[in-house]
Amino acid sequence: MKPNTQQLVDLSTQVRRDILRMVHAVNSGHPGGSLGCTEFLVALYQNIMDRKEGFDMDGMNEDLFFLSNGHISPVFYSVLARSGYFPVAELATFRLLNSRLQGHPTTHEGLPGVRIASGSLGQGLSVSIGAAQAKKLNNDNHLVYTLMGDGELQEGQNWEAIMYAAAKKVDNIIATVDLNGKQIDGSTDEVLPMGSIRAKFEAFGWDVLDIEKGNDIEAVIAGLNEAKAKTGKGKPVCILLHTEMGNGVDFMMYTHAWHGKAPNDEQLAKAFEQNAETLGDY
Amino acid sequence: MKKHINTGNKDTRSGFGAGLTELGQTNENVVALCADLIGSLKMDDFKKNHPERFFQIGIAEANMIGIAAGLTIGGKIPFTGTFANFSTGRVYDQIRQSVAYSDKNVKICASHAGLTLGEDGATHQILEDIGLMKMLPGMTVINTCDYNQTKAATMAIADHHGPVYLRFGRPSVPNFTPENGTFEIGKAVLLNEGSDVTIIATGHLVWEALVAAEALEAKGISAEVINIHTIKPLDEEAILASLAKTKCVVTAEEHNIMGGLGESVARVLALNNPSPQEFVAVNDSFGESGTPDQLMDKYKLNNQAIVAAVEKVMKRK
Repeated sequence: MKPNTQQLVDLSTQVRRDILRMVHAVNSGHPGGSLGCTEFLVALYQNIMDRKEGFDMDGMNEDLFFLSNGHISPVFYSVLARSGYFPVAELATFRLLNSRLQGHPTTHEGLPGVRIASGSLGQGLSVSIGAAQAKKLNNDNHLVYTLMGDGELQEGQNWEAIMYAAAKKVDNIIATVDLNGKQIDGSTDEVLPMGSIRAKFEAFGWDVLDIEKGNDIEAVIAGLNEAKAKTGKGKPVCILLHTEMGNGVDFMMYTHAWHGKAPNDEQLAKAFEQNAETLGDY
Repeated sequence: MKKHINTGNKDTRSGFGAGLTELGQTNENVVALCADLIGSLKMDDFKKNHPERFFQIGIAEANMIGIAAGLTIGGKIPFTGTFANFSTGRVYDQIRQSVAYSDKNVKICASHAGLTLGEDGATHQILEDIGLMKMLPGMTVINTCDYNQTKAATMAIADHHGPVYLRFGRPSVPNFTPENGTFEIGKAVLLNEGSDVTIIATGHLVWEALVAAEALEAKGISAEVINIHTIKPLDEEAILASLAKTKCVVTAEEHNIMGGLGESVARVLALNNPSPQEFVAVNDSFGESGTPDQLMDKYKLNNQAIVAAVEKVMKRK
């Protein structure tokens, strides 16, 4: 049975605590985008995706997810652990020597739930398209999901992939852009204005929808279901997920400052006041 | 000395095409991707016979490598095809992260390697690709010498789980290895037994090494000729066994002297049995326009250059 809204909200709060504790413990990592994408990944893994028990690399007969913006590994690891892919206690090894939880996700250490390495940006969409085409060859009707950052769209490989997916009618893929408008050096408009991302995807032949409240679990689920309904119609589907970087921690929001910076002890305590323990810390 | 017969000049890329065609019939998991060079890569037959398993990517090599990595998730065995330059240097980070580091079963098949691409010039004549690929952990690097060996290698790599770089060329060259011979990844092929010097060659330089050995025999020098088709993993045992006998070596390759087969052999010798070595390779430069023969002559990648290198290395024993 799927968790109800309150359970998903509680899980999201706990995931935020996990993110904050993980980056605080090693004084490194990327909390901003992780916090912003918490509701999306919780919705995806706990409500939307059709997943098998356990993990195998080929992922036949189940939905797949690929994280392209690998730097938001804290939220990915937390959601994977709390969805049963590996012990929650292992989150304590994030970024430590000999850990399976590398700074950026990798298959190399055999961490269940991860099917591709990411971190060097702009590669995940191509991989997802390949996995989607393999599903078609295998007569597997499940879907492939991917998440990428908006700043990441500055990498040219994405546009090769966006052109290809529409041309080849890869309509079993849902690509989500985390539209938080921020990247390391500032707002995307300051760094490299990208104009209308919707217009660009539409011009390339994609079916595009917005999730305006990207940090509202019910809105995210509704948007993902709407996206699912658009698959199988000859066009790849793009979700523009409007999120707030640093969501859920007031002093981390409305700034790009926490893209890749960990909180100190005092800041962590303040962030915890806004995110009380729900399911239990790791 | 064993006589090797050229059964008629053929291009190695056609060997790749023939191997891929056969794989299409024998292994349903094999899929092929091409970045707008189907004719050059001889992938036409596979495309015609298995349109559902063939992916025309367009001129977008980075996307091709990523899609290939994704296709392995679901059990496919993707063979990507484009020129060697666009198969490696252009997409190094895609190969590094999405294929090598991610342990993906992708076969990167690269034609038109080296100077023998000819008239198109240095923009297309990559001489650094062996070095780029062999530095990637887990990557198998193969450079075949003729049509028959390229066909055999193409089929063999489908049965090997893990990323592979398969390098071959454009022009017609002597075809002299056995038809339908077995191809053992990582296993050197001893072509001539000799006692005075070891010539270790790869790719188009293997035939030149055999011609050189004949010329050397006429001069009273007994040359052992080893075909190293697999540069990584390197058959260290075969190299050391030969050097124990001959005490000196010439390496020959259509590649920059930096990063190629010669440096791999030098590493093995330095660690185990330091020995005099001469290199037949491009001396840290780009290529240029010209016919393949003119270029191999100008850059001293031929049997005469191998003979000269042998005479030089023998004096250093």
